[in-house]
Amino acid sequence: MTTDAIKPRPGFSLTQYAVCMNGIVWREGLRFLHQRERFISALVRPLVWLFIFAAGFRQVLGISIIPPYETYILYEVYITPGLMAMIQLFNGMQSSLSMVYDREMGNMRTLLVSPLPRWYLLFCKLLAGTAVSVLQVYAFLLVAWFWDIEPPHIGYLTVLPALLLSGLMLGALGMLISSGIRQLENFAGVMNFVIFPMFFASSALYPLWRVQEGSPVLAYLCQLNPFTHAVELIRFALYGRVNWVSLAVVGGCAVVFMIAAAVAYDPSRGIGRHGPAGGET
Amino acid sequence: MKQMDMPTDDLPTPERRNEPAEVAALSIKGVSHSYGSRVALDDISFAVAPGTFTALLGLNGAGKSTLFSLITRLFGVQRGSIRIFGHDIGRAPGEALRVLGVVFQPRTLDLDLSVMQNLLYHAALHGIGRREARVRADEVLAQIGLSDRNASKVRDLSGGQMRRLEIARALLHRPRLLLLDEPTVGLDVKARADMLGHVRRLVSEQGIGVLFATHLFDEIAEGDDLVVLHQGRVLAQGRLPHILAQSGARDLHAAFMRLTGTAADASAP
Repeated sequence: MTTDAIKPRPGFSLTQYAVCMNGIVWREGLRFLHQRERFISALVRPLVWLFIFAAGFRQVLGISIIPPYETYILYEVYITPGLMAMIQLFNGMQSSLSMVYDREMGNMRTLLVSPLPRWYLLFCKLLAGTAVSVLQVYAFLLVAWFWDIEPPHIGYLTVLPALLLSGLMLGALGMLISSGIRQLENFAGVMNFVIFPMFFASSALYPLWRVQEGSPVLAYLCQLNPFTHAVELIRFALYGRVNWVSLAVVGGCAVVFMIAAAVAYDPSRGIGRHGPAGGET
Repeated sequence: MKQMDMPTDDLPTPERRNEPAEVAALSIKGVSHSYGSRVALDDISFAVAPGTFTALLGLNGAGKSTLFSLITRLFGVQRGSIRIFGHDIGRAPGEALRVLGVVFQPRTLDLDLSVMQNLLYHAALHGIGRREARVRADEVLAQIGLSDRNASKVRDLSGGQMRRLEIARALLHRPRLLLLDEPTVGLDVKARADMLGHVRRLVSEQGIGVLFATHLFDEIAEGDDLVVLHQGRVLAQGRLPHILAQSGARDLHAAFMRLTGTAADASAP
């Protein structure tokens, strides 16, 4: 007979918190390994942009020397950080989709009846999704390397904290959105109203000074877009530098989105309003 | 790291033997719940004593799933109180949830993961480390006769095996109250009987309190406590003979029809 690992006294030990986080990240990793299509599409999407879109646009868009770049760069090099952030954006939205999809709260229920605090469970879930997105980004960088996208070696290391932070921010945004979506069909709406505007109204595909020339209003909107700052944070970090404004914006947004998501999943506020999933009573 | 809130009243000692008999495994008092203007539960009160089998009988739409969502804290309690072994689900959710095991109506296993992986994940959610979790998983798998399937993908199990696995999973953290929301739906006759027998043995042999939601009259035995839920209200509660006497009917089916004033045609298995 075994002894109880959970002591009957109230509260949970730090070890138990760690065990829980470990378990959630481990499961997300296993699920990721089992969903090869998801991994492949996550990899193919940015590569299509890189191989086709960027190649086509190379002649159209000239990029002048702007920080953090110290020389003239090819368009492919310019959009690489944007595509890295795009992977994370899609991943964040996809985890939100899977949260809705999990048999309309099926697997979410298993998670949410854990006795550990709910905000902590959601945070672990977020961290697990972020870890997966970081793996996807590195896989993309590996392929891009063969396409002559070669940031400084140290950049592969310095970009990691930036990826973690931007992954948390975009994942938390996805989680926040998922709390408001009741049906899977609404994901098309997320594509139209979240992913596309965030991606296109940002510095992912074109530098902001270019946008400024065309439309000052759009350039202003781009600057308000947290995704722009995720892109710039990654862009600078990839060259071993810190964009402090972007760091502050991404960090601040990550905290705000996380708190909002925790509030949205609070039973007395968010979930309870909509009634049970799937129309059951 | 934040510690869980302590309940305001005296904690019962966790050892089953020393527990005062009056602390209910589950106590529901004056609970109401509505979705907008639609009332799903209207002033529900009942209790489940430790180590007993209580059947929650109601047709689809009676409010069973809403009640389960409230007990498991998927929804916040709007009015009334829900206590699990004295722990208020709103004020001390951690303490309440750690002694609670749940089998939800929809399947909540990861189909692509193995039996063992599903169990280890659940154990981790309860803060149970890998080594201990493996020992416990072996124990519960032996109980449900799935020891040889621990490396199988859940997708390859039969419906009945999945349900048994879900019960085993719900028992991993050694809860003292087990909720089952229509667990036999979709199972064939033999699997239903097996599962019901298994749950009843948990009550008699391990002293686990069970709340078993069902709309199938033939799953209810003579000695069960019974709560009849209809359109969000408790119409009757007590032992079967008591309910029969109260409604003046010969069997549960007739009693249910008389109580609810409906043709209970949905009760056929």
